[in-house]
Amino acid sequence: MISFERVSKRYAEGHDALREVSVDINRDELVFLTGHSGAGKSSMLRLIMLMDRPTRGQVSIDGRNLAAIGARGVPAHRRDIGVVFQNHQLLFDRPVFDNVALPLMIAGYDHREVGRRVRAALDKVGLLERERAMPVTLSGGEQQRVGIARAVVGKPKILLADEPTGNLDPALSAEIMQLFEEFNQVGVTVLIASHDLALISRLRHRIITLREGRLVTGSSV
Amino acid sequence: MNTRRAVSARREGASQSRAGFRDLYNAWLRHHRLSAADSLFRVLDNPLSSAMTWLVIGIALALPVGLNVALDNVGHLSTNWDSPAQISLFLRDGMSSTKARELQATLAQRDDVAETRFVSREEALEEFSALSGFADVLASLEENPLPNLILVSPHTDDQNTDVAVLRKELEALPEVAQAVLDMAWLQRLNSLMDLTRRLVLAVGGLLVLGVVLILGNTIRLAIESRRDEIVIVKLVGGSNAFVRRPFLYTGLWYGVGGGVFAASLVAVSLWFLAEPVGQLAALYQSSFQLSGLGVMGALNLVILGGMLGLAGAWLAVTRHLAAIEPH
Repeated sequence: MISFERVSKRYAEGHDALREVSVDINRDELVFLTGHSGAGKSSMLRLIMLMDRPTRGQVSIDGRNLAAIGARGVPAHRRDIGVVFQNHQLLFDRPVFDNVALPLMIAGYDHREVGRRVRAALDKVGLLERERAMPVTLSGGEQQRVGIARAVVGKPKILLADEPTGNLDPALSAEIMQLFEEFNQVGVTVLIASHDLALISRLRHRIITLREGRLVTGSSV
Repeated sequence: MNTRRAVSARREGASQSRAGFRDLYNAWLRHHRLSAADSLFRVLDNPLSSAMTWLVIGIALALPVGLNVALDNVGHLSTNWDSPAQISLFLRDGMSSTKARELQATLAQRDDVAETRFVSREEALEEFSALSGFADVLASLEENPLPNLILVSPHTDDQNTDVAVLRKELEALPEVAQAVLDMAWLQRLNSLMDLTRRLVLAVGGLLVLGVVLILGNTIRLAIESRRDEIVIVKLVGGSNAFVRRPFLYTGLWYGVGGGVFAASLVAVSLWFLAEPVGQLAALYQSSFQLSGLGVMGALNLVILGGMLGLAGAWLAVTRHLAAIEPH
């Protein structure tokens, strides 16, 4: 589903974020991506989202080489991928409902369909009764769950998460991870960047480890 | 299992293509409606700063438009006064009124003459003494110094040469002592008005440019203040067009509001001037009245404002939106 072929990424200032990384992630798989900060976890996610382009090598999604997608195709590509950010990236001047509805508004669903899907997503993350709340009134864990609801509301085939449990206590983190497992069970390919080794090693999924931009373990199943 | 998935995938594909253009169009329309309403609410949410923007645009538009209205009024006035010129035929002394009237009648039949009016020396004297205030002096004169007069209005109005030729022909008539075509002042006025019109056009052009830049700057600030939101929208797949739309509508609303302000300013100024102008006209025994923009003029001004708003927003959006990318 997601395939990296000898991918290198060097940033303008000369820093090598990724060196010759090759990895395949299968359809319906849940994979953890770990390593110290700066090891290249975020760089891999950025390449998948086309926030960056590789310096060398090739990234493919569902058999399609991302190099073939021009600037105009980037928004449509991003609409096919759900992303959960560490710092949530919520719109703080709008209620929970509007935040979750954003991808559907962009895709142009009519309002009945938007309402139905947003409520389904909020129900899934257990925030159905908070749909009119403003994000600032929510706890960190709840904000993260709003972010997850927004990521899955468009029913993407791929779900990416960048340190989704970064600021949460262990109990909340476990809950969040369980949510990701549930999405994975209904056929979503999930890739989670996390340095919470204690948590992810308990969960029995493939773990890809990066060190200084090189892939150390987990290149294949 | 595999075949079932394939079938369901195909069904999804089919339903997507069935949805097709109509759905895309509806979605596009829906977002336009939404952006328009959302932008309007944002503009109205800050009534004071929005009113300031409207006023600035209004003044910048009202200045050239107001000047233009004033010029139009002067134009009306000068055509009312003398359309376009009148030839005064001073008849030779000692010509009887009956003969003079006969001449008037023959002149009136000419193709190039629209209208003639005969002013006898007695009438002329009466009028002169009434208007000049020299009644006593004139009364003390032994005989009427004024000649008989025929006023000839030429037919072809806008061609100066014809009128000049006509004047020469008329002066050549044996009964006519002198034919006077008083056009020089009209020509001067006309060329002065042409000059002023050009000045207004130049100033108007500069002010219009100013309006576009002001709006561009306002929209730039709006973009800056919503930078985080733009980043998020782009992260979850919002296209540039999607991000651009609300800002274009913001520009449109500022421009339309500015147009309404400009039309109101012009109307208020005309209302303010109407009374003194009426008094002045009365002094000149004229029923002249100021004519304003009219409904169509005001509407055009509002549309112009809206278009300038869009142009300013477009300028800001193309320059600043593309630079905001998620990092």
